[in-house]
Amino acid sequence: MTQAEIKLCSLLLQEHFGEIVEKIGVHLIRTGSQPLRVIVHDTGTSLDQVKKALCVLIQHNLVMYQVHKRGVVEYEAHCSRVLRMLRYPRYIYTTKALYGDTGELIIEELLLNGKMTMSAVVKKVADRLTETVEDGKTMDYAEVSNTFMQLADTRFVQRCPMVHTPENSDTGPPPPAPNLVINEKDMYLVPKLSLIGKGKRRRSSDEDAAGEPKAKRPKHPTDNKEPIPDDGIYWQANLDRFHQHFRDQAIVSAVANRMDQTSSEIVRAMLRMSEVTTSSDAPFTQPLSSNEIFRSLPVGYNISKQVLDQYLTLLADDPLEFVGKSGDSGGGMYVINFCKALASLATATLESVIQERFGSRCARIFRLVLQKKHLEQKQVEDFAMIPAKEAKDMLYKMLSENFISLQEIPKTPDHAPSRTFYLYTVNILSAARMLLHRCYKSVTNLIERRQFETKENKRLLEKSQRVEAIIASVQATGAEEAQLQEIEEMITAPERQQLETLKRNVNKLDASEIQVDETIFLLESYIESTMKRQ
Amino acid sequence: MAGNKGRGRASYTFNIEAVGFGRGEKLPDVVVKPPPLFPDTDYKPVPLKTGESEDYMLALKQELRGTMKRKPYFIEKPEEKPDIERYSKKYMQTYKEEWIPADLKSKNAQGTDKVSSLINAADVLKKIEELEKKGDGEKSDEENEEKEGSKEKSKDGEDEDNEDAEQEDDDEEELEEENDYVNSYFEDGDDFGVDSDDNMDEATY
Repeated sequence: MTQAEIKLCSLLLQEHFGEIVEKIGVHLIRTGSQPLRVIVHDTGTSLDQVKKALCVLIQHNLVMYQVHKRGVVEYEAHCSRVLRMLRYPRYIYTTKALYGDTGELIIEELLLNGKMTMSAVVKKVADRLTETVEDGKTMDYAEVSNTFMQLADTRFVQRCPMVHTPENSDTGPPPPAPNLVINEKDMYLVPKLSLIGKGKRRRSSDEDAAGEPKAKRPKHPTDNKEPIPDDGIYWQANLDRFHQHFRDQAIVSAVANRMDQTSSEIVRAMLRMSEVTTSSDAPFTQPLSSNEIFRSLPVGYNISKQVLDQYLTLLADDPLEFVGKSGDSGGGMYVINFCKALASLATATLESVIQERFGSRCARIFRLVLQKKHLEQKQVEDFAMIPAKEAKDMLYKMLSENFISLQEIPKTPDHAPSRTFYLYTVNILSAARMLLHRCYKSVTNLIERRQFETKENKRLLEKSQRVEAIIASVQATGAEEAQLQEIEEMITAPERQQLETLKRNVNKLDASEIQVDETIFLLESYIESTMKRQ
Repeated sequence: MAGNKGRGRASYTFNIEAVGFGRGEKLPDVVVKPPPLFPDTDYKPVPLKTGESEDYMLALKQELRGTMKRKPYFIEKPEEKPDIERYSKKYMQTYKEEWIPADLKSKNAQGTDKVSSLINAADVLKKIEELEKKGDGEKSDEENEEKEGSKEKSKDGEDEDNEDAEQEDDDEEELEEENDYVNSYFEDGDDFGVDSDDNMDEATY
């Protein structure tokens, strides 16, 4: 775990779960797997607090536990899973695009709560949907259940590992930590529930307005005393499936940019056909015959078989090698090459970074070295048609930022510098890693700046919140225009200006975080697929 | 002999042309300090993407941040006991759902009892002090005000008032000593005896 990753994890945990959970989480990420007593001792927090923090982290799938020999239970944190918290808005928005508001809320509840039973999810989502719908109409549980089952069928949600009860129930004292197992085929099996009911609308008197005193919190009415039918079967969001979807999206849009809309539709059809047959980390899809592809094209597209064949040939011959031809049966067998596709996307990202940072001539040199693999200083000047001084300057700039590296080829065994070739080369994997590290640092800086801006203007923000609350309460009791005007003038014009600036800045910083995360996704996918291949 | 050819003259062990710049050419200055924190860039960054999906994700992100803070998973740092229990605190607490698993619940209940009992004890002590002061006259009123004044100053976080804090501690010790000698136990002078009769009604515990 690099320092940048640890710092980013610390900021994310602090924002979402508070300081205590952050302290425990960061300690586990830094030091690896540890038993409970050691955590308490090293972090200096009380046993109670550590237990609570670990509960929260395990609930959200950020920490796993394992029983080691001699009955010691050790806890281990997953840094990469913590970094996923940056991507939550993207997951939720994708579900909204695919399954509408119902799906969006289901995934949101699952992400916010870590693990939930299906009945709890359905109930909460129905309540939330009922509130947004107009008075009188309620959301039926059945509709929400249907969407949930659709999500399970397409594997966007999966079951969590369950407690394993062995055959012989009395094997002495229970183990120190439950052993959780899950069967492959059970992972997407939806339990047979008959959830009948409608969403409840929360009465407006129950809602808390900021600053309103509440002497006594009404006790939650425990309406259903009967046991939950699917107790013990917990569901979580399947992030790998989302990543698969994002990857497919990226490939389709890349093809659309490079060629045209029709070819991107063909690629999309191919990807859809191989969604369930190919595992998420396979380097290729299953070979698909041209006839199958023709049959599964979307209905609106009426291109003839020959045109489809021509498109497929074009795609297979493209130097980017997204699509490959693997045989001739069935009119031609075609596969989508994920490794090459991700490598092309990562390379395009690198080129774009260089172009925006150093200029288009640098980008030309970079692409040249990428294409020719190894070039000497003199050859770079000649091929790129850039004057020597400038070429040297640009090469050294890129070298100092580690986008390009030098390869030494000695002519003599004593490696004398005067008798050695120095060749410039691009190592995509290491450049991608370096860029990824920089992305983590950027997001850390963005989050810190946002927190700094908010802290600077804390007083002003609180004041504006109070004024809004006053306006709301005065409006509720019926007030005239003059009174409202007077209250609004409590915030002076320069203060309003300051608030506007603050809001704009915070929005910009947030939007930047989301977009840096897109780059992080591409680079991480590329690095992961390359490492698996090796 | 052959090695002395270049005596007095600098010579490189490798072909200087290969590196890219000629001899005697002006090299950039040696850098002796770290690079500036916000260096000027030749190329300004590309503007952010805008569009419906970006706006929606932005709104989602900010909403999620707020929602997370209200969930029971957000564990707040336990704050130190304040000097004076503020009346408004009781009404500005945000209520969170109960989420703690069963085996941790009991410990929590104990914790709250301790805190509430401490607060009660502090209240009791203060009540006793004030009742004592009424009998003692102006001098103790000034002391009380000074104590409260120093308490408020220290609450604002100014470090200059370390001395006041110490003074406050001293005052507290003195006053607490007087409280420990609950009237019925210690007969010291006529004044005490006179006052104790008056206060006995209220100070029975």
